[in-house]
Amino acid sequence: MIFPEIGHFALILAMMFAVALATLPMVGFYTRNRVLLTSAKPLTYVMTLLIWLSFFVLAVAFATDDFSVLYVSQHSNSLLPIWFKVSALWGGHEGSLLLWIAILSAWAAAVAYRSDSLPNATGPVVLAVLGIIATGFLLFILFTSSPFIRLLPDHPIDGADLNPLLQDVGLIIHPPMLYMGYVGFSVAFAFAIAALITGNLNASWARWARPWTNVSWAFLTLGITLGSWWAYYELGWGGWWFWDPVENASLMPWLAGTALIHSLAVTEKRGVFKSWTVLLAIFTFSLSLLGTFLVRSGVLTSVHAFAADPTRGVFILALLVIIIGGSLLLYAVRASQVRSVVSFGATGREAWLLINNILLTILTLTVLLGTLYPLVFDAFSLGKISVGAPYFNAVFGPISLLLIVFMGIAPLSKWHSTKGKWLVHIAIMPAILAIAFSALVFTFHVFDWYLWLSFSIALWLVFMVARDWFDKVSAARQSIWLRAKKLPRQYYGMLLAHFGVAVTLVGVIFVSMNSTETIVRMAPGDKVVVGNYAFELQGSIRIQGPNYVAEQAIINVYDGDKRVAQMKPEKRLYKARQQMMTEAALSPGFTRDLYISLGEKLSQEAWSVRIYIKSFVRWIWLGGLLMMAGGLLAAFDKRYRRKAGV
Amino acid sequence: MRKLLFGLPLMAFIALGIVFYQQLGKDTEYMPSALIGKQVPDFQLIDLSSNTVTTNEALPDTPYLMNFWATWCPSCSAEHAYLGELAEQGVNIVGIDYKDETEAAKKWLAERGNPYSMVLTDEMGHFGVDMGITGAPETFVISGDGVVLYRHQGVVNAEVWKTLKGYMQR
Amino acid sequence: MHPVRKKRMIAVGIILLVSAAVVSLIMYALSQNINLFYSPTQIAQGEAPSNVAIRAGGMVVENSVRRDPKSLGVVFTVTDYAHQLTIEYEGILPDLFREGQGIVAQGRLNEYGVLVASEVLAKHDEEYMPPEVQEALNKSKAQ
Repeated sequence: MIFPEIGHFALILAMMFAVALATLPMVGFYTRNRVLLTSAKPLTYVMTLLIWLSFFVLAVAFATDDFSVLYVSQHSNSLLPIWFKVSALWGGHEGSLLLWIAILSAWAAAVAYRSDSLPNATGPVVLAVLGIIATGFLLFILFTSSPFIRLLPDHPIDGADLNPLLQDVGLIIHPPMLYMGYVGFSVAFAFAIAALITGNLNASWARWARPWTNVSWAFLTLGITLGSWWAYYELGWGGWWFWDPVENASLMPWLAGTALIHSLAVTEKRGVFKSWTVLLAIFTFSLSLLGTFLVRSGVLTSVHAFAADPTRGVFILALLVIIIGGSLLLYAVRASQVRSVVSFGATGREAWLLINNILLTILTLTVLLGTLYPLVFDAFSLGKISVGAPYFNAVFGPISLLLIVFMGIAPLSKWHSTKGKWLVHIAIMPAILAIAFSALVFTFHVFDWYLWLSFSIALWLVFMVARDWFDKVSAARQSIWLRAKKLPRQYYGMLLAHFGVAVTLVGVIFVSMNSTETIVRMAPGDKVVVGNYAFELQGSIRIQGPNYVAEQAIINVYDGDKRVAQMKPEKRLYKARQQMMTEAALSPGFTRDLYISLGEKLSQEAWSVRIYIKSFVRWIWLGGLLMMAGGLLAAFDKRYRRKAGV
Repeated sequence: MRKLLFGLPLMAFIALGIVFYQQLGKDTEYMPSALIGKQVPDFQLIDLSSNTVTTNEALPDTPYLMNFWATWCPSCSAEHAYLGELAEQGVNIVGIDYKDETEAAKKWLAERGNPYSMVLTDEMGHFGVDMGITGAPETFVISGDGVVLYRHQGVVNAEVWKTLKGYMQR
Repeated sequence: MHPVRKKRMIAVGIILLVSAAVVSLIMYALSQNINLFYSPTQIAQGEAPSNVAIRAGGMVVENSVRRDPKSLGVVFTVTDYAHQLTIEYEGILPDLFREGQGIVAQGRLNEYGVLVASEVLAKHDEEYMPPEVQEALNKSKAQ
């Protein structure tokens, strides 16, 4: 038995180390004191250890059903399977905040470990900036949201259980991945701030920040992909993206982070967009923080929102003002002094990447606007509104398609300037092929010009990616494989990620084009034909889960006379919360998913049943995984292994 | 001019921060009680101590709190001690024992003290529906002439009391 | 004109054009897709437009849920305790839908003042428990 107080105590100690980390190296930097500067590394390690100790203590409290801890009693239950008990740690506000800070400290420790290759003062200042963020969040946990509060002497015999929606494998991995992503952007942020403080606003900070940004971006991509997948099978509506404020809160840093990855490349390689890249790094992390604020302060309504508490809201807002406001102020003062000579041609790669940045920023802002519009509307007392998904679809669709068109061209262009004629020459065949092929596909389907155009664009991207690779490997009289092997990982990462975008886009197009949804009333023996399949309700049985009872319908699926699947959707009643939950049944496939969720029981034996057939829906997440792999591959390019500055 | 341009992001952020600050603490779910500014609906309830039928006539003619509670409600036991403090300060609290068993309620008050000037039993929950409550505890501020001034959902504590007090002094 | 300046003019022109297009797209999409929220009282007093997508919500009145035995149609009444609103819906109600629960429906008002819903959402709250649920919870603990 470990006392939860140890965790609380470790957190207080960690907070002290964080304060030291936030101040000592900074003082060292201004007084040119080497000892203070070198203290950054050990301070980071100790802080990280202490935070993880307290994380471990809380995990043990969950695993051993210590319901004397208020937070455990609110989010766990003795009947919960063990893996859910441990992951219930991040099922509520307090614990997920502890996860947030634990991940931040892990990133800081990783930066500390690699900081020797950085020039003298940069490493300590970067760590100090991370120390400032850590201090803020540790204070937040200790003052408003400690997960270690005890219910003594008389504590409940059992806990209130984890929200049934969250009792799922998706939840075990989704939040940690998501947090790895958006907390990871703090590293790029810290590098940018350090560059502003030390005045070394040249291309080198971009070089150091790139691998870190790529890795965080890859995690965030994975986190969002998992979140979308989870929402798809767990919420029982068969949708894969709902434009819910919480989803948007993770999408915005992803969009800004994508822009950041590209602008870092330009800054590193060409030394242009310097102050813009710094702003983007600040912007990306600010959006991560904003997401944290929106989800926890209760200013927006959402299906996922944590219970609202105004004092917490004020605290996070203050934190936001200090961190974001402070960095923007620093930016206003310092970045205005940087004068970079911008000179590149209208068709050079810089220009294409500038377009990429503009479009991604616009996309971020449209999502931001849609998410915050109800709030602004309410602030001016204009009424209570909600912005529907159609807004996002109408705005997001066309702009991202435009972006993908440019994605086809940019990688083939050359730095500084590219001959316009050459670009046309090389792009014309893929364009014609894409349009023709897409038209061919649509002869088998009801024509819809928007989907047709989208599909052409997806194909165009694939063809251009392939064309680029062939050009690069077949340029000289060497064997293709030899040359292919020589191309840097960074390049393959880019290809893979771009290809992933095309895969996701194809998934999105087919899901919206070729999906069927039917809601029917079914009694045992009833047969319903949906698309190419026949669904027959065999009957329903009662089953007993570890912490729920369920009614399970058994539905046989036939393709012609052949039975292709037996699907078992459930309606569960979770005992502790007396909460009903729909557990959808899935029959996944590479080109189609069958999806059944139960509605209400209409009579003794009849159910309302919702049946979907979704074409290519897996491609959406497959694309996400490819993008993630691309990001990781690029981050582990050989050139980052050499020591910087050599 | 150049400085101004680089200061733009900061200014945009400050504007956003102000909007956020205004929105904080506003309950986005809050459905304003339709009864605010209206008379307490008519009722006929049994008084817990005297076991007699009671109507609106019996309600106090000075401002008071109307507190919906029940023995099955954990949050009610959390706020009970604070209600006791308020009663000692001379705040008039009318208790409505909501969807509860009379014997359990009597036992509860005997054990934990009784902060209420009177307790009415709403066993069926009809009066609760008329008052538009969605659960317990819920507390209303009602003026001397029987007009509903304010409604609070959830536990009453020192923080909430500041707001309630403001309404009582109007 | 100086070639560099000319280039710059073209660039500025393109940026202006694109931003104008984006802004108008956003404005149009927003004007089409925001849904105002109305309470049953506001609807009863004729404040809500008919045949425009709106949101309305309230508590589901006990014993007001009527199902069509043959289809998935359902009619129920919500109240804000001053006025009531009848809602018609065809489809599957959310898991958390029950009488006495607060719900929000999105749909259009027809000429009879009935909200024909395309979507019904039930909000659930982590901390605040309706009495029935709490009672059941206590019972299950006592066993």
